[in-house]
Amino acid sequence: MAEIDTIVAILVATMRAGTPLLFAALGELITEKAGVLNLGIEGMMLVGAVAGFIAMVLTGSPLIGVLAAMAAGMAMSGLFGFLTLTLMANQVATGLALTIFGVGLSAFVGLGYIGNPIQGLPGLAIPVLGDIPVLGSLLFNHDPLVYVSLVLLAAVTWFLYRSRAGLILRAVGESHEAAHAIGYSVLKIRYLAVLFGGATSGIAGAYLSLVYTPQWAENMTAGRGWIALALVVFATWRPARVLLGAYLFGGITIMGLHVQAAGFAISSHLVATLPYLATVLVLVLISRDATRIKLNAPAALGKPFHSSG
Amino acid sequence: MQLRLEPRAMPSKWLRYSSPLIALALTLVFGVILFSALGQNPAVALYTFFIRPIGTLYGLSELCIKAAPLLLCAVGLAIGFRGNVWNIGAEGQLTMGAICGGGLALAFYGDEGPWLLPLMIVGGGLGGMAWGAIPAFLKTRFNANEILTSLMLTYVAIQVLGYLVHGPWRDPEGFNFPETRLFGEDALLPVLIEGTRFHFGVVLAVLAAMIGWVFVTRTFAGFQIKVVGQAMAAANYAGYSGNRVVWTGFLIGGGLAGLAGLGEVAGPMGQLNPTISPGYGFAAIIVAFLGRLHPAGVLLASLLMALMYLGGESLQMNLNLPLAITGVFQGTLLFFVLASDVFIRFRVKLVHNVPRTAP
Repeated sequence: MAEIDTIVAILVATMRAGTPLLFAALGELITEKAGVLNLGIEGMMLVGAVAGFIAMVLTGSPLIGVLAAMAAGMAMSGLFGFLTLTLMANQVATGLALTIFGVGLSAFVGLGYIGNPIQGLPGLAIPVLGDIPVLGSLLFNHDPLVYVSLVLLAAVTWFLYRSRAGLILRAVGESHEAAHAIGYSVLKIRYLAVLFGGATSGIAGAYLSLVYTPQWAENMTAGRGWIALALVVFATWRPARVLLGAYLFGGITIMGLHVQAAGFAISSHLVATLPYLATVLVLVLISRDATRIKLNAPAALGKPFHSSG
Repeated sequence: MQLRLEPRAMPSKWLRYSSPLIALALTLVFGVILFSALGQNPAVALYTFFIRPIGTLYGLSELCIKAAPLLLCAVGLAIGFRGNVWNIGAEGQLTMGAICGGGLALAFYGDEGPWLLPLMIVGGGLGGMAWGAIPAFLKTRFNANEILTSLMLTYVAIQVLGYLVHGPWRDPEGFNFPETRLFGEDALLPVLIEGTRFHFGVVLAVLAAMIGWVFVTRTFAGFQIKVVGQAMAAANYAGYSGNRVVWTGFLIGGGLAGLAGLGEVAGPMGQLNPTISPGYGFAAIIVAFLGRLHPAGVLLASLLMALMYLGGESLQMNLNLPLAITGVFQGTLLFFVLASDVFIRFRVKLVHNVPRTAP
């Protein structure tokens, strides 16, 4: 039984490590499906993390913390939307600016909160189901946000492929001219998609600062925002594969820690490179087939839209 | 009545060159608001941020020292960006250049000569170049997005540096501090102005910017980059290779960033430690755009960005404000630069609402 317990513990830790990636990547998926490339996830996550943490410290309520993180992420993405959608600024450059700004802003705002301990989000065991051996701890014994992330995955999948609004969103991402000609407001739909991406990035940040390591530290996202971006490519813009990718990366992070704990003398610095190297490797494997990327990527991704009529 | 953006028949030449200044002015306005909100006298704070750090010869030399790595990284990045090569891993290439150049200084410690410094400069440049070659290879051979790969490799490079200075390269007499031993005399860039830290690396940086200027405006390869960046279809028709532009962008960008890293460790630091750069490689992205992707503009922009680093330190020392303000200012400036770009190609027009006719 001891071995099974260890395996279960590793799998649960994997899900926890993958959850922030899942949140951020799902938001970016919707954003990109609408034809907008937002490279500012890292910045939005950091601002979400610090906003959620401060709200939690001030109010003591995890719910308000998460909501504050969402609002902060949306404010950041609204800024991005104004620059890229209304003012048609270069999306790549603006996304980079958003990250640089978010790193600075979160460090600045969070200065007084470093090392401030908080009570992390309590777990939420589902009654009866949570008591089932092995499966119970694997599926029904997590913190609330893990469930939320899975519900969000189902909702995003349903929205994109089963709802009319999702169809319109995809149309805007494939050809904004056609969508505009039919009479849809390209800008409005893109704004909504960008704001959704900001909200989930905010939650992803809050997951780090309220649940995963309940504290605030400068730059605590450590590149997870960029890994989430890579995940969207890895998933060839399909929600279910985002889940697979997020847990895969979570697993790699956890594996590194366990290899060390098992007594292998590997520098923690070298272990820390694993998720990044894995991201590069996965990108190479997926992108090798240029046609596949071309067929799956939204055709209008990254292109600005200016309505002439 | 509403405001609408209307395309101009011709891009505004006047705005093309003045928009960075407009962006700077708007950033200053933002600064006034920010400092007022923090309960500071905005005039005193802005003076402390922008003027006070460069009031002395020493201050000016510090400005040049900070501008040098930014200039080197940004010239390389700008050349790539012109061709739509999105190398955003300059920070990692800088780190690798520092590791390779600094590694040579450590390897030949105790039996060195005047040949060591040139060897380190070459080593630093090649180290950065090699690190930049990886995303270029992955892009041209496997079509892997260079934004993501170059950035991932930045995190890897920083961890490798951490491993080296915590482990095999740690100073044996350093009381377990995570840093290498101090480099020998022959491994250091000579100081050019007595009483300051103004070192030879600054000259190298300016030289690199001048060569970069000649490269983009006077050479065929520079022209090809521009065509590939602005009109891929035309480039294909002319037979220019997109892959070659990716390689050129990454090798130049990586090499110059590597030099920047070497300039830090063989200049003001004189050793390797876990934090070689306060984000020069990322700030250089701002510098490149602020300088309009042109080496001459990049030179001015790097001085401004260096001033922001000094200003942040000055605010911390004199007014007890957090150092992170620098990052906020940098991000804001880039936002304003990008936002004001739209008015080069569009004009704002006040239009009356006309009821839309049915199609």
